[in-house]
Amino acid sequence: MTRFRCAIHIVPRRGILDPQGKAVADALHSLGFAAVGEVRVGRHVVAEIEAASEDAARDQVKAMCEKLLANPVTEDFEIASLVRA
Amino acid sequence: MKAGIVRFPGSNCDEDAFHAIADALGQEAVYLWHKDHDLQNVDLVILPGGFSYGDYLRAGAIARFSPIMQEVVAHAKRGGLVLGICNGFQIACEAGLLPGALLRNVSLRFVSAPVDLRVESIATPFTSQYHIGQVINVPVAHGDGRYTADGDTLARLEGEGQVVFRYVNAGGEATDAANPNGSLRNIAGIVSAEGNVLGMMPHPERALETALGSVDGVPLFQSILESLAGGVRA
Repeated sequence: MTRFRCAIHIVPRRGILDPQGKAVADALHSLGFAAVGEVRVGRHVVAEIEAASEDAARDQVKAMCEKLLANPVTEDFEIASLVRA
Repeated sequence: MKAGIVRFPGSNCDEDAFHAIADALGQEAVYLWHKDHDLQNVDLVILPGGFSYGDYLRAGAIARFSPIMQEVVAHAKRGGLVLGICNGFQIACEAGLLPGALLRNVSLRFVSAPVDLRVESIATPFTSQYHIGQVINVPVAHGDGRYTADGDTLARLEGEGQVVFRYVNAGGEATDAANPNGSLRNIAGIVSAEGNVLGMMPHPERALETALGSVDGVPLFQSILESLAGGVRA
């Protein structure tokens, strides 16, 4: 078994109103960052996991996201990185 | 009637619910501990308001995996009555007892205020003692109450009469100004397809006594008593 470290991005799904993202975008605009477009605010989860292979680790992380870490109704997730710990 | 009120770490409306059942209604109430598997033969399970597990990850996301929730889901699948109030509504959605999700209020502010609701369906075990279109006044107190579901789910809820309460103004109109959290279609409460699970953000258990400003929650609990007397069994 190998220990992996994975990083997961979870963001509100496009088309679902994200008032937090909008408030951040408005604040950035008022600071003069006029080039900023849409902003979405989500969560970043880092987890360590034991698995036989990178593929097995990826499968487990995906299952964890589908079951708990992301809400399938409102959020999308992305495995941003998966490396040996 | 015997009602069981689930206590999660972080529940804070459990005593309100107990008081409502035991004192305001004169019925039997028991607490159900989140680590237990025993529903103590209750007729009604109440998932109370609060911040179970600190709202970590998402409101209701962790409570859903409590041992007691396996029994609550089994109770619901048998046709038993479940009333999820506020955080209880969020937990019921996370547990798959109800469709959709409750997101951060569009204002990004916690809202604590009495609101007007229109009764949209009386064909449920929770609302038979209201009349259709009746406007009732019930308090809300939440930061994550914006009901959200995809278009197909909303169409099904509307088509099947599963939208039970909607936020309205005093004249009974579902306006944006009357919507305290940005819920899609001003939805304040829904029932499951079978009708035996009700989730709502407003607090009917805080609207049972004149001293608290409203008695408009009384018919909801009377409806439950009626339906249990009429043979809805767990």
